[in-house]
Amino acid sequence: MSRLLPFFAFVGLVALFGFGIWWNTKHDLREVPSPLIGRAAPEFRLPVLGDPGRTVSKADLLGKPYLLNVFGSWCFACGEEHPVLMAEGKALGVMLVGYNYKDEPAAAKGWLAEHGNPYDLVIADVEGRTAIDFGVYGAPETFLVDGKGVIRYKRIGPLTPDVIEHELKPALAKIAREAP
Amino acid sequence: MMRRVVLLLVLLVATTVAAQAIDPLPFKDHAQEVRFQHLTAQLRCLVCQNESLNDSNADLARDLRHEVFDLMQQGKSDQQIKDWMVARYSKFVLYDPPLDAGTALLWFGPLLVLVLGGVALVVQVRRRARAAATEPASAVTESNDSGENW
Amino acid sequence: MIPELGQLALILAMLLALVQGVVPIVGAWRGNNAMMSLARPVAAGQFVFVALAMGILIHAFLTFDFSVGYVAANSNLALPWYYRITAVWGAHEGSMLLWVFILNVWTVALAMFSRQLPEAFAARVLGVMGFIALGFLAFIVFTSNPFLRELPMQPDGADLNPVLQDPGMTFHPPVLYMGYVGFSVAFAFSIAALLGGELEQAWVRWARPWTNVAWAFLSGGIVAGSWWAYAELGWGGWWFWDPVENASFMPWLVGAALVHAQAITEKRGSLRSWTILLSLFAFSLSLLGTFLVRSGVLTSVHAFASDPRRGLYILGFLVVVIGGSLLLYAVRAPKVAGGRAFAIVSRETAILIGNLLLTTAAAMVLLGTLFPLLGDALNLGKVSVGPPYFGFLFNLLMLPVVLLLPFGPYLRWGKGDTGVLKPIALRAGLAAIVCAVVAAFFVDNRLKAIAGVAGAVWVCVGTLLYVIKRWREMPRGRRFPAEMAGMLLAHFGVGIFVAGVMLSESLSVERDVRMEPGKIVQLGSYDFRFDGVRETSGPNWRGDEGVVTIMRDGATVATMHPQKRTYTRGQVQTESAIDAGIFRDIYVALGEPMEAGNHEGAWALRLYQKPFIRWIWLGGLFMMLGGFVAAGERRFRVQKARSEAGTTIAEPAA
Repeated sequence: MSRLLPFFAFVGLVALFGFGIWWNTKHDLREVPSPLIGRAAPEFRLPVLGDPGRTVSKADLLGKPYLLNVFGSWCFACGEEHPVLMAEGKALGVMLVGYNYKDEPAAAKGWLAEHGNPYDLVIADVEGRTAIDFGVYGAPETFLVDGKGVIRYKRIGPLTPDVIEHELKPALAKIAREAP
Repeated sequence: MMRRVVLLLVLLVATTVAAQAIDPLPFKDHAQEVRFQHLTAQLRCLVCQNESLNDSNADLARDLRHEVFDLMQQGKSDQQIKDWMVARYSKFVLYDPPLDAGTALLWFGPLLVLVLGGVALVVQVRRRARAAATEPASAVTESNDSGENW
Repeated sequence: MIPELGQLALILAMLLALVQGVVPIVGAWRGNNAMMSLARPVAAGQFVFVALAMGILIHAFLTFDFSVGYVAANSNLALPWYYRITAVWGAHEGSMLLWVFILNVWTVALAMFSRQLPEAFAARVLGVMGFIALGFLAFIVFTSNPFLRELPMQPDGADLNPVLQDPGMTFHPPVLYMGYVGFSVAFAFSIAALLGGELEQAWVRWARPWTNVAWAFLSGGIVAGSWWAYAELGWGGWWFWDPVENASFMPWLVGAALVHAQAITEKRGSLRSWTILLSLFAFSLSLLGTFLVRSGVLTSVHAFASDPRRGLYILGFLVVVIGGSLLLYAVRAPKVAGGRAFAIVSRETAILIGNLLLTTAAAMVLLGTLFPLLGDALNLGKVSVGPPYFGFLFNLLMLPVVLLLPFGPYLRWGKGDTGVLKPIALRAGLAAIVCAVVAAFFVDNRLKAIAGVAGAVWVCVGTLLYVIKRWREMPRGRRFPAEMAGMLLAHFGVGIFVAGVMLSESLSVERDVRMEPGKIVQLGSYDFRFDGVRETSGPNWRGDEGVVTIMRDGATVATMHPQKRTYTRGQVQTESAIDAGIFRDIYVALGEPMEAGNHEGAWALRLYQKPFIRWIWLGGLFMMLGGFVAAGERRFRVQKARSEAGTTIAEPAA
């Protein structure tokens, strides 16, 4: 009887591997779930892209939910995400804040001019220091921050119509329901 | 699709000649540098396949190394620095898995295997020893093959 | 045209493997001599076609045939011919072909040197080898064909990954595979024994040299891989507990346990089931490793491109081979304990304790490697498991092994004598303590280094004491049978390895420095002077070469040339300069100019001094040598009295 132990242990292993293969098709192995979901967004103060005299802070954006979309002109996948933002951004009904990450302001402005600007506001984090507080490790990434400044949802990778429909919109709806 | 995208991202970063793991920083003394090396060796580079902050050429790795350096200059302890990283990037960033309910299996699993195996070993050895006790000593050590029992 | 011949050769080889995998086993079951005797010729035929396919692929690389997708993806016009050959196994498809080719090498060796085995047993062994080859050839033919054309043909290829353009790449995979794949022989012997109901331990005697040689190759392959990572990856490390490294280390640990268990079963007839189970585990872990690095299930620096279809295929293959073998084991393994009894104090018990620790270590490595996957499956959150986990637990588990090691040769089979052990313990222990105290002065009381010295001296002196004992007590010519010599070499190697690991890890110094030309930096016991950077180039790269002069007490010790290369496709590679020495390595890596674009100014450099790091690989090489020497034991080659008429005495491949 105990002789069957190795066989059953192996069966368990196969189940694990089968799961692994399946999981792999649905997820990116490199996706790191954010520990900030449900926590207050970090305090920040960043200049507006192209207008360094003006700065925007977390306090300035309190009161209404907004999407913070991390992008850069150097980022290939951001180029893939961009048309989706142009098409569906306004329809979401929330403020869309562009977070220009580790980019040269001139390059970023040129990129937006060439591809279109879906953002209500673009702030620039040239050094990437504040992004670290957000737990950003690549682009594109998108944060949904509610009116109280709490991060409610994070998307790692480009926004697709599918993700918007099945993940972002429900998250937005949830926030809307909570409003007095 | 996503994987290809991230891979391209990584390639883009990896071929950027600007960033480098070799990154002289103004340490107070060698002891501080050693502490920095040990600490960054335990932190994971999140955009790499499987490298520590100490070894990675990625931009993000360099940024995070500078964060660690700044935090060290501020007088933070190793644990505080690790907590700082975990607060932003989750415990995935630690190569030393913390001991908690989720990792109990990981840390105690080998012990369990050792104990169960040890029990099986003891049972087996005692059974054999009992059999050996009933045989004359010379028969027990008698060689089976043509060689000597060395 | 020729690559299509390569495809055809693989298909033919696959069909022959099908015949080889089925017919002789059925023949052995039925007692049909005609079917059984098919095994050797069919195996030879399969080898011919696989070798042909291999040759055609090499030819495609040497002749720059970029119409073949695999060649275009892994080489280009500027790649030197010797790296074009190694590019053959530089990526997934080619490395699978290498796997099968080496499996065929082992099979042919078996076919040639198995004349002393009973016909039915040999037929089964070759049949199992054929069945395994069938699985891999089918995998190649249906999912991983290296001969696929990619048209229109590119005028120039991509390139072999620069990290792989190194002499280490030439021999690390083939040597590693010789080991990895070589465990299939012990596996095949065990399956044959289970199938045939062979309860005599004679077959273990035949299996021992094959297993020892496979383990020796695996030791060499792991050493080569570690050395290559050290020399090529630029971070001065030699082991990272990366999933792919672990995939080769687990079979090594179980293989080490196996060669010892086989000794017990062969000489004393006991623990037959355990020995069989270990041989199934060893090869299963080899197959598992193959799965892990190609299925994309784990993140690794070293993993091949992943594809769920391939992953599923290999998983299916694992289910059949491993699941089938473990089921066979459950049903057919000997139920009654056989062989000689042994006392609590005996070599058997010592080996069993070692086995327990080695297999627990393998289980620990498996658990740590798979835990991220487990974490996802059981929703435990995303965790990283790295060197702090593996290194810590491994050292803990190996500590008792190191302590027990010197006693092994002194304990007799069946019943050891503790009286003999005490003087050894005293002498080796005293030597260890004395050396540790002396070392403490040199290493600034660093505990790890002192422990390393103590452990190494304990093992090495204990082993040497036995060598002296044998020298004194036995007449010339009978002092060191090959088996014993191999054991002593390997055990001595463990001591060297322990010293290398503990001393280099504890005493290494590393600094990142900014150096202007002419500046001198002190590190460890040396002065490093940076003498600027000049441009240089190679067959398929251009780069910057730094000149660093190493001095000690004013005298020049070495001049080092670290490079920063840019290859034809833009990949940047750091070629570190290493000044190797028996007692220390000096290692210099070139970073970036401190001021972008200014190559005349200051540069960032990483300087290392690594004491005793070569001892790590030297220890491994001693272990490898021990495995080869032990396999040469005459007793393994000589027939037992009860032999079949007309069979000749032959030598196993060693």
